[in-house]
Amino acid sequence: MSATTTLEQPKAQPEPSKKSDGGSLKAYLGQNIQQYGMIAALLVIVAYFQWSTDGLMLNPDNIAALIQQNAYVFVLTIGMVMVIVAGHIDLSVGSVVAFVGGICAVLITDFELSWPIAVAISIVIGGLVGCWQGFWVAYAGIPAFIVTLGGMLLFRGLAIVILEQTIAGLPSGFNDISNGSLPASLGYLGNLDGITVFIGVFAFAGLTIAQLRARRELTKLDLRTEPFAAFAGKLVLSAVAIGAITYLLASSAGGTPIVLVIVGVLVLIYTFLMNNTIFGRHIYAMGGNLPAAMLSGVKTKRVNFLIFVNMGLLAGVAAVITTSRAGAGIAAAGTNYELDAIAAAFIGGTSVNGGIGKITGAITGALIMGVLNMGLSIMGTDPAYQQVIKGLVLIAAVALDILNKRRGK
Amino acid sequence: MANDTTPILEMRGITKTFPGVKALSDVTLSVARGEVHAICGENGAGKSTLMKVLSGVYPHGSYDGDIVFEGETCRFKTTRDSEERGIVIIHQELALSPYLSIAENIFLGNERARGGVVNWAQTNKQAADLLARVGLDESPDTRIQDIGVGKQQLVEIAKALSKKVKLLILDEPTAALNDEDSAHLLDLIRHLKGQGITSIIISHKLNEIAAIADSTTIIRDGQSIETMDMHGAEPVTEERIIRAMVGRDLENRYPAHTPTIGEEVLRIENWTVHHPADRSRVVVDNADLNVRGGEIVGIAGLMGAGRTELAMSIFGRSWGADISGKLFLHGKQVSIKTVDAAIEHGIAYATEDRKHYGLNLIDDIKRNTSAAKLQRITKGGVVDAGREVVMAEQFRKDMKTKANSVDVVVGKLSGGNQQKVVLAKWLFAEPEVLILDEPTRGIDVGAKYEIYEIINKLADSGKAVIVISSELPELLGICDRIYAMSQGRITGQLPRAEASQESLMRYMTMEKSGATR
Repeated sequence: MSATTTLEQPKAQPEPSKKSDGGSLKAYLGQNIQQYGMIAALLVIVAYFQWSTDGLMLNPDNIAALIQQNAYVFVLTIGMVMVIVAGHIDLSVGSVVAFVGGICAVLITDFELSWPIAVAISIVIGGLVGCWQGFWVAYAGIPAFIVTLGGMLLFRGLAIVILEQTIAGLPSGFNDISNGSLPASLGYLGNLDGITVFIGVFAFAGLTIAQLRARRELTKLDLRTEPFAAFAGKLVLSAVAIGAITYLLASSAGGTPIVLVIVGVLVLIYTFLMNNTIFGRHIYAMGGNLPAAMLSGVKTKRVNFLIFVNMGLLAGVAAVITTSRAGAGIAAAGTNYELDAIAAAFIGGTSVNGGIGKITGAITGALIMGVLNMGLSIMGTDPAYQQVIKGLVLIAAVALDILNKRRGK
Repeated sequence: MANDTTPILEMRGITKTFPGVKALSDVTLSVARGEVHAICGENGAGKSTLMKVLSGVYPHGSYDGDIVFEGETCRFKTTRDSEERGIVIIHQELALSPYLSIAENIFLGNERARGGVVNWAQTNKQAADLLARVGLDESPDTRIQDIGVGKQQLVEIAKALSKKVKLLILDEPTAALNDEDSAHLLDLIRHLKGQGITSIIISHKLNEIAAIADSTTIIRDGQSIETMDMHGAEPVTEERIIRAMVGRDLENRYPAHTPTIGEEVLRIENWTVHHPADRSRVVVDNADLNVRGGEIVGIAGLMGAGRTELAMSIFGRSWGADISGKLFLHGKQVSIKTVDAAIEHGIAYATEDRKHYGLNLIDDIKRNTSAAKLQRITKGGVVDAGREVVMAEQFRKDMKTKANSVDVVVGKLSGGNQQKVVLAKWLFAEPEVLILDEPTRGIDVGAKYEIYEIINKLADSGKAVIVISSELPELLGICDRIYAMSQGRITGQLPRAEASQESLMRYMTMEKSGATR
């Protein structure tokens, strides 16, 4: 019975010391391959376009434009991940963007409100739209697919009512939200924008301190930490990534786009909300097993309601960004934005069945779509084929995810 | 040609390896023609894997060893191959389509049709004949969702008969059935045996095996341990089977326990609950019940007696409508209308169906552990992840949950370990009253003992424990006092010393008219 004796040996040993690195680097990478797969895919796509466009892809001004063009997807997909993780869907956000954007333009022009007040009111109205949809989903129990399909028609119609014709001529301060950059208040280092460099250094320092703290706490609690090589590697890679983006933005014509600051702050807030608050935990618990969540005392109706209120607020933010980007309130604005946000969430690893999904993953998904858009445009690909390619990428990303899970079983 | 004395089925030297795990190692199984052959083993011993090898779910080539059926070596690539030879497996989870009729289900994938066009007259006629053979008195065009689980099981068998079955494999056929349906099913298996159909039955219920099997093969840790002749000179007792299954003597299936009983913690009076879909139906009828600190109180009852409904209605009205009656905690009347209020008041309910109602299977141990009372590790709205890991780790060690760390996804654990996570989750919520609904359902013998020890420890720490169980020996083994329910009413209560399976059964089957206390 040599087999049994060898089997039992590890049990006889004292608890393996968990203070040291919890396993080999190889094992660690194996476990986290999915998490980094999307980022690797993004890097490969960027590298391909960099090569095929003779270096135009990573032109500093293109990077700034990439962020400004896709800011609305980043904002919407944050809310969409939460909606999908909870097991719902929201088809109305594109129409809500047009509706709220229209109100914003009307408030500034017809009501002659100063633009910051108009922006604040617009976001609140987005929240009210969310209350309306959240009420039907959470308290009336109508599937979100139906409620938001209705909302898609409803708010598109209202947008057309409000904006009989396009309202242009919005103030430059308002238009700067999506088109402007942070002022070069710190001067220049050579040809690099000082404030951009400062933000880059600040971001990296913040990230490093947060990571070191988390690791120290794990060690202090005598818990498993990732292998040091992986930890250090991650820090070096983020240093390279932040450094590269900082360098590119700092040497672009404008410096740091204002929307990048908005998106960055939102990503930080919502990542924290999803990972470290009861509200976030309850969203994952409901998506993973709704009856079990109910029997654990989760106030499921209230959580569902708040998820849609939040989606509405973020749609309000996206509406401001979209209206500002166009410099006008347009009834047809936001068309297909819901699809962009949903696709980004799924490409970023959000589970079709709910319960699994990360904000950072969805942002990566949005970046993949954004880079494809930009790269294919630079290459002069026919827009029809651009759609074909994006459709295939969406299917391939989800297929890979599903295959990966099946293999894991 | 094989004659009647050679075994109908021989599996020789079957070895099946999954990445990193040897699920079966050199397993031998020999089934005589026309017998009922039971296969016994703890959860994870390899019983289901062996049957999947036999039926072609794992195709030839993915395992080592030989399958000889009716004297011929078989190489099944798919389940269709094995069905063509007359080997049909009925899985634990029934594979019927709820919105299709009985007849459609029987001939699903095997339609009575010519040129792709279904012959409905033939379908219904042949289905009716098959239903008569299994003793099911339902019209062939009844939809599956309109009949109970017991009848659905019979439809599965009718479906197997339609495939000219020679060897019928039943995986835990009575797990979801009540006693009456179970008895009917066992009768049917005996009846089929009379018609020359050989059966293999996988079961946890040792009394059933003793009642029906001609021989029993024990599988332990992926190996075939022995095959016992159930009609041999030496009678095979349940203890004998258990000993072979666990590989050791279980001196006592229930740990010894001397209770320290304190003050009353929970009392309900005149508790009445109606069915949420049909409010004229009374599901719990005027029930009175109390439980004291340190006490383990059992609730016995047949299926449909209203035990789970009573428990869930107490737990923040999570089941039922028009609930009336009084609920006292420590002698003070309270009104608890939601689950979170119940948890807040120190009531916990661990469900009988941990996969659907108890756990988030795609999430890890630590997050499941903290799920019912996140407030406990939250400061200013922020969850303290470090404390969560430390506390979950402590529970894992206390309960001896077998997992490498608390980061393991709960769906990958065995039933017994999942149940320990459920218990950890409710202990994490620091309850004073803990209602455990079928706490050992689907768990193997060794893990059951550990669960009983945990329950005893809970009582010793002063908690009031209510255990609902369908296994009377279990209630008699661990409870200090046992209530019996029948048709929504509490028909009696007995202290442990006075209770027996017979006395409990009498209360459990008490009809409404003859209700006496």
